[in-house]
Amino acid sequence: MQEYTEKIREVAKRLLQAGEVDVFIGYKKGSVPMMNEPILISDPQKADLLYWDSNCGLNLCTYLTKRTDRIGIIANGCNSRSIVNHIVENQINREQLYIVGIPCTGMIDYRAVNRAVDLREILDIEEATGRFTVKGKDFEETFEKKDYLQTNCSVCIHRNPVIYDEMVADKVEEQRDIEIFEDVRNIENMGSDQKWEFFTNMISSCIRCYACRNVCPLCYCPTCFVDESQPQWVGKSIDPTDTMTFHILRAYHCAGRCTDCGACERACPVGIPVRQFTKKLNKDTLEIFSWEAGLTMEQRPVLDVYRPDDYNDFIT
Amino acid sequence: MTTKVFTRQEWDRALKAVRESYKIFVPVKEGDFHNFRTMEEDTVPDFDFQNSRLSPKSIVYPQSERMFECLSDREDPEAGILKEAEKEYTPQAIVGIRPCDAHAFHIIKPNFDNPEYRDPWWIRRFESTVLVGLGCNEPCSTCFCTSVGGGPFHEEYLDVILYDMGDKFLAKGLTQKGEEFINKMTGGNPPEDAVLKEAEDLAASAAGKITSLVPTERLREKAVNDLFDAPFWEDVAFACINCGTCTYLCPTCWCFDIQDETWENHVDRIRNWDSCMFPLFTLEASGHNPRENKSQRVRQRFMHKLKYYVDKYEKGVQCTGCGRCVCYCPVNIDIRQVARLMDEYNAQ
Repeated sequence: MQEYTEKIREVAKRLLQAGEVDVFIGYKKGSVPMMNEPILISDPQKADLLYWDSNCGLNLCTYLTKRTDRIGIIANGCNSRSIVNHIVENQINREQLYIVGIPCTGMIDYRAVNRAVDLREILDIEEATGRFTVKGKDFEETFEKKDYLQTNCSVCIHRNPVIYDEMVADKVEEQRDIEIFEDVRNIENMGSDQKWEFFTNMISSCIRCYACRNVCPLCYCPTCFVDESQPQWVGKSIDPTDTMTFHILRAYHCAGRCTDCGACERACPVGIPVRQFTKKLNKDTLEIFSWEAGLTMEQRPVLDVYRPDDYNDFIT
Repeated sequence: MTTKVFTRQEWDRALKAVRESYKIFVPVKEGDFHNFRTMEEDTVPDFDFQNSRLSPKSIVYPQSERMFECLSDREDPEAGILKEAEKEYTPQAIVGIRPCDAHAFHIIKPNFDNPEYRDPWWIRRFESTVLVGLGCNEPCSTCFCTSVGGGPFHEEYLDVILYDMGDKFLAKGLTQKGEEFINKMTGGNPPEDAVLKEAEDLAASAAGKITSLVPTERLREKAVNDLFDAPFWEDVAFACINCGTCTYLCPTCWCFDIQDETWENHVDRIRNWDSCMFPLFTLEASGHNPRENKSQRVRQRFMHKLKYYVDKYEKGVQCTGCGRCVCYCPVNIDIRQVARLMDEYNAQ
């Protein structure tokens, strides 16, 4: 990871010094273990703040919406796909961007690591190729990274950026023969009452903080439907019906656009696996329309277009 | 004041029994974290926790609270006449609350109970609550209570303080309310001197384990406008996604919004927690938003906690150092660093 960090700093410095970009967006090392902070740099002297490791699990595309300057940005597979989506949806122009591609080997699931050390406080994490060591007051444990990947990363088949101006390293091998949708299939196999119960339980701890929505690059509406008051589509209390309405509609707005970057799940302060909603839609768009979001700029997103031969078996 | 020692078994038994006199809230493990929940017959309290994910402020100040209700059918002579919604004020005790979270109620109080305004619901519920605190033997690395007027065994805002001594709890009454609570807890014995000494050592060593020190001493003397116009807000705010995690997890954030909701012939007037991080928070009916940009909103949050509150109430910062926002901000905006920036800032 150290090599990536050094290369990112070098590229950012070069671009800023040469005036090829006005700002550079990346991460800086976080103030608590397994957390890093998105950062925007315009001064080449500050390029050394930039940092990369397996705890950069947000989606930096979120910070691009409607910017008007020239931006250097780092992007791994899922982030680059979101950038493609952003370009196609006119939220940013390709010409404004200098994309520094990151071949990604996945992000660490910090919750799984916390569980693995029995929720004892982790004070430090050190990463080496393929494994990492966490340290606490009275313990030190080393884990294989592949066993502690975020669940979206463990089923990722687009680790390399799909769009870039330069890469920080050679591309990594893509994962093959992955069972991506096993969890979705398990839910599909439930009866409707059971499904309802599953999702009701899943969101029962939601505090309506909207971290899942706000961290997502897809949610850029000037006014989200939950924030509208005339008409008011959804109540603002923590009534379970309103909370469910929010989650289901949020997911539907992501249909055919979600790159399964996992930022929503990572951000949730109460650990709700919100991807269970979006993944079903990803599965449907893949199976019905052979569509995965953000792989091409040549095509409109799948739910943006109509073709006479579209799948329409649901019309009876 | 009474001090008693309970074995863990005695403690659990007494807690179950005392539910006859109080509604009891205890930390309960829910998946990866703890939250305070009402103790029912089959509830298993877990006092081996660092702190609850959500602060216990909601026990006094619920996230959504029905204030008034009325009927909406115009034919009805009672239509449109708001009546106070029924409330529950049974005596309750938050058992295991950390001293920082108890401190929070003291910080919040001037907002709900001051010479100008008295919020009847907050006050009555707070008054019916006994704060049975649990000292922190092992504060987290993100805790900074000692920098903001508290400490891992700070007694000032508690009614009872508990010392977790492995196989036993030492319970010390601190107020009249606390005294009554301890007296209703069956069992327990007066402590031997050695136990008292052990408790004292525990508290002293815990204070030494706080590693986060956050400067706040100079905030009071800074000019408001200097801090307001400081150049660092854009940088501080860049990563912010304007979610409500920091404000909703914070034990001292008190802002709310009032909404009317209708269902068939029934109208509820509800107050819901609100968050200064949401653009909607300050959106005016005209469409104008005085805090349109994210840096303005982020600045508001920190200025309120670390400057406006300090100046207005002269009782320190509006922060207990619990560290929740530090741990759970999804983009790692760290109030310890912002406090340092503000405290050290000198306008040119």
